[in-house]
Amino acid sequence: MSEKGPENEPVENEPVETSDDRIGEGLMDSSSDADRVPEASRWHLALREITTGNALVAVLSVLLAMFFGSLMILFTDEDVRYGLSYFFARPSDTFYYGWEAISGAYVSLWRGAVFNDLGGTFTQQIKPITETLKFAAPLTLAGLGIGLTFRAGLFNIGGRGQMLLGGAAAAFVAVKLDLPMIVHLPLAILAGALVAALWGGIAGILKALTGAHEVIVTIMLNYVGYYLVFYALTRESLLQAPGSANPKSAPMPESAILPDLLGPQFNLHAGFLLAVLATFLVWWILNRSSLGYRFRAVGENPAAARAAGINVGVAYVSAFMISGALVGLAGVNQVLGSVTDGATSGLDAAIGFDAITVALLGRSRPFGILAAGVLFGAFKSGGFFMQASEGIPVDIVLVVQSLIVLFLAAPPLVKAIFRLPTKEA
Amino acid sequence: MSAVDLPVQADAQGVAERIPGLWKPPIVMGVFTILVALLVLVSPRDGDSTFRWSREGDWFAIPDVSLPANLIVWVAVLLCLLCTAYAAWRSYSRLKTPLVVVAAFALFAVSGFLAWAVAGKTLPVVGLLAGALALAVPLVFGALGGVLGERAGVVNIAIDGQLLFGAFGAAITASLTGSPWAGLVAAMVAGMLVALLLGLFAITYWVEQVIVGVVLNVLVIGFTSFMFSQVLSENAGTLNNPPHFPRLEIPLLSGVPVLGPIFFRQTILVYVMYAAVFLVAWALYRSKWGLRVRAVGEHPKAADTVGIDVIATRYRTVLLAGAIVGIGGATYTLVSVPSFGREMTGGAGYIALAAVIFGKWDPIKATLAALLFGFASNVESVLSVIGSPVPSQFMLMLPYVVTIFAVAGLVGHSRAPAADGVPYRKG
Repeated sequence: MSEKGPENEPVENEPVETSDDRIGEGLMDSSSDADRVPEASRWHLALREITTGNALVAVLSVLLAMFFGSLMILFTDEDVRYGLSYFFARPSDTFYYGWEAISGAYVSLWRGAVFNDLGGTFTQQIKPITETLKFAAPLTLAGLGIGLTFRAGLFNIGGRGQMLLGGAAAAFVAVKLDLPMIVHLPLAILAGALVAALWGGIAGILKALTGAHEVIVTIMLNYVGYYLVFYALTRESLLQAPGSANPKSAPMPESAILPDLLGPQFNLHAGFLLAVLATFLVWWILNRSSLGYRFRAVGENPAAARAAGINVGVAYVSAFMISGALVGLAGVNQVLGSVTDGATSGLDAAIGFDAITVALLGRSRPFGILAAGVLFGAFKSGGFFMQASEGIPVDIVLVVQSLIVLFLAAPPLVKAIFRLPTKEA
Repeated sequence: MSAVDLPVQADAQGVAERIPGLWKPPIVMGVFTILVALLVLVSPRDGDSTFRWSREGDWFAIPDVSLPANLIVWVAVLLCLLCTAYAAWRSYSRLKTPLVVVAAFALFAVSGFLAWAVAGKTLPVVGLLAGALALAVPLVFGALGGVLGERAGVVNIAIDGQLLFGAFGAAITASLTGSPWAGLVAAMVAGMLVALLLGLFAITYWVEQVIVGVVLNVLVIGFTSFMFSQVLSENAGTLNNPPHFPRLEIPLLSGVPVLGPIFFRQTILVYVMYAAVFLVAWALYRSKWGLRVRAVGEHPKAADTVGIDVIATRYRTVLLAGAIVGIGGATYTLVSVPSFGREMTGGAGYIALAAVIFGKWDPIKATLAALLFGFASNVESVLSVIGSPVPSQFMLMLPYVVTIFAVAGLVGHSRAPAADGVPYRKG
């Protein structure tokens, strides 16, 4: 949170337009200037700017979500319930147990996500932050893909199918071919991205040609893709490990595995690099290329875009293909980077759905998505640590994540809860 | 039935205007006819296919029908060809294909496929259909809730969350009280709670409704999974051991051959479903309330002008829809499965959502679409029991592939209520 003091730049009378968000927020219309007193004190205006700005709402949203998460921990903690059973005899016990439960949870979340001060060596101490980045990579990649369709006015719920197909294609190339790493790894990555792009493109083509609703088509393609990959995993000619009865592929060969970024003592692999590169790429596509301009035009108003000579159908198809490729890379990241002992039908690990919240939290902006991916990666890494050390189910992370997105999308609600002035006030 | 004949549309030059999607039904039907024909051409089956129609307790037994599999398939292909030809002729005459032709086509194609799949064995038709109806119950309730919400202008992606929370609430309450009825009420309340959140964010705070729905689903999955691991699994005996609704046979009607075992030997929730479908369809189209709901969903400003409270109407409709979806959720823990489990709906809410759009936002058509999904998933489980020549993954995939074809080919440009997903801002 940036504290603005009176010594800062004088605040203009015109409210700074910080909200250019399209998805998730539609009401931050700047109010008329008429009610603004010209000679209000600078201090007052600065304060007003902070309390009505988006940054404060973001921080408060996270705090609110964590507050509700704390309540859930509090009311399900066994010690707290035990303390409540004799609350009126010794209320201090309840508060003590409650404090223990919540502080324990957040301390272990921090230790699992950022810095573990209990680690014996420096490597062990900083390992959590690298784990966070490892979890952030697929969330960011898939989030970028889904965010891109949001910008084109489309909704891609097909992340699961695209991840599965992308991961399976990469695994196929990795297992079936024997090549030097310099060719093998790029080839496997490309195969994953390409197959996922084609899979995603189906929804775009059907929407462009027949007007089929992309939400239905992508939901259905999730199931079709799942069973396709499952089928491939039960056939040795396709993906199943030779001589195995399990629906699982052979482990990835060394030449097709994404290399470690920080050496073998950390799990962080080049997938994160891929995610950062993809972020820049998507930023360039959306903000600097004519293709991105067409995406945004179609997203804002398809009829106007068509009238302006933009081929809306082509935009749909290309948006879905690029989106599918990005989401497919998330699957590639899992198969060739995070879980290299073989592809399974669960390789998507629900990231396809988590990525929707990542895209929403990042407001469909590439760098916002990267930041949201890292935040949710931290929650994931910390959540697993918390589950192991405190016995709090990792699912609470889902609750906190979804609450953050909900609160962020409704700034007036957050402001009402904290009794902050709204812009209209 | 949408067998509305479009008059030939002609412009000034007398050249008929192009009606989009006119040729889609015959094309899709042709593709499926070829597919069914390929079944027998590529892999002809020996032996007879037997269809069993009767069950114990019928007034009289209809004898089993047993015919050579290949013969049935060829007859089915022939009938499919006739339907396709009729559809093509209609399209050639610039007329829409009546829904009944599409339905007949689907019946023939499915019969042909089933005869091919069960060659040499016996297919319990009644069991297949009764099971399909039971499987479709949560989907139908979900679709009804979805239709109601969207007709009032609120997109409800949170159907899955409402189903899951309904199942959760029903399991705990029924276990604690020992009464499935209390569980049913709790499921409705649980569905309404999710609906209240949906309303709060979508109606009051104008948040993009698709987003609210998706996020609410994640929220409910996270919350119920958390509670399941943290509380339910430790106290499974007291908190997650719900009593179930017994099967309830309707006197007289349950004895009717074929129809009785399918429709009238089910649990109370299925009978509630019949009533719900009828009530929602009637109320939406025939009552003052329904007129208001539709007005609010199509043109809220006009509705506001004539004195309808848009916000309140939307809230009431969304809450009612939540209660309906909640009943569907109760089906899981009070009928189908012994106890609550993590993510036990398996994305059924998304299928219900597909049924809403597939059914063009109409309660009856959406119900039929939901029944279709139930049928497709039960075909798979029945065929895997009697043994099918198709790999099970492809059978499991089939309903979803058919949906894609149907949405692309037969439904096409479906028109949502005009103000669907658009928040109303007064002034």
